[in-house]
Amino acid sequence: MTEHLIACHACDLLHRVGDVPLGGSACCSRCGTPLYRPKRDSINRSLAFTMAGVIFYLIANTHPFLGFQIGSQLRETTLATGIFQLYQQDMFIIATLVLFTVVIVPAIHLLSMLYILVPLRAKMTPTFLAPVFRLYLMLKPWGMLEIFMLGILVSAIKLVKMATIIPGVALFAFMALIFVLSAMTVTLDEHLIWKKTEYS
Amino acid sequence: MEKNRVLLKFHSMTAKKAGLVSCHRCHLLSKLSSRKGKCPRCGAIIRSRKPESIARTWALIIAACIFYIPANILPVTYTTSIGMVQPDTIMSGVIYFIHSGSWPVALIIFIASVFVPLLKLLILIILLLSVQFRWQWRPVDRTRLYHLTEAIGRWSMLDIFVITVLVALVHLGALANIAAGQGALFFAIVVVITMFAAESFDPRLIWDNIENTDD
Repeated sequence: MTEHLIACHACDLLHRVGDVPLGGSACCSRCGTPLYRPKRDSINRSLAFTMAGVIFYLIANTHPFLGFQIGSQLRETTLATGIFQLYQQDMFIIATLVLFTVVIVPAIHLLSMLYILVPLRAKMTPTFLAPVFRLYLMLKPWGMLEIFMLGILVSAIKLVKMATIIPGVALFAFMALIFVLSAMTVTLDEHLIWKKTEYS
Repeated sequence: MEKNRVLLKFHSMTAKKAGLVSCHRCHLLSKLSSRKGKCPRCGAIIRSRKPESIARTWALIIAACIFYIPANILPVTYTTSIGMVQPDTIMSGVIYFIHSGSWPVALIIFIASVFVPLLKLLILIILLLSVQFRWQWRPVDRTRLYHLTEAIGRWSMLDIFVITVLVALVHLGALANIAAGQGALFFAIVVVITMFAAESFDPRLIWDNIENTDD
């Protein structure tokens, strides 16, 4: 009986959730908050986007994203050197915040998805499924790649009058990574993953 | 709307009233036990309502308001250009973009760094007051406002990321150099604190008040 009930996360009203058709979503009848949205072929699709994400992530973090040229002086920066610059200026908190939201959290997202989805696809249940998926959900609001991307664009506009700006490989990898990561999140059926933990 | 309310009176049964707790991570319903327990499915600590939601959210909002002042007064960047050092605050950065003709960029920065943090603080204060004074006013819209604050808060990080990129790229000594200022630090703290404030507020409190008067 309890398994078929779900409480709205925003107003705590109990609902009986039956079969929701693909592409549809179950919303709270009182406050309208979406409760459950089934996804087609969730594990395969999310895994595909995760794997693409890993590739783009590696490119984005190892190659320069912007080049800055005044006269003959060319300065290229990768994400790591940018954060290192902030540490050198004693902006410890900001540097850590950027490191966390742009490098660490997306990495944890990708790794945890790999850890969960690869075994599930092979019809096995990973040992630490519940704690890993909990970590993934907990860190969800702290991944800020898309905001960082906008930040790169704004600074490029700011610097364009001062010097020549050369877009780097990582810039395009970043753009691809943002789309791939959001596709990964959208195709993931959270309810399905939690269901899998019940049989382990 | 009127029809809805009639329906509610007969069918409104919350998890709390039914003696159940909904896990905030995996949304599994389990029996409410008197001591704080863990969710049997995902292991997260489960509570019927977020603990001390109102007091915690107020504390974080007040802290954010205090840090918001130095964040706007102190310079966020120091730009050196051919030997001249120019400090910039968040607002002077916006004004710079308006003067240089790129008003869409000015608008983006203004929305992300000034409008969004203020809107978020204002919405949270209104929500807290509405819960404390048991307002019955438009619970659906207040829940929507809460979802809005959850969604927009992170975009305030934009200015911090712009500063990071600028600092990383522009350091050519006396010719051209950009360094981060103390204002950036305070601004980053404001963004993080307001994100925690939104997380500590429990939207279910809005609805608890509505139910209590229905009885």
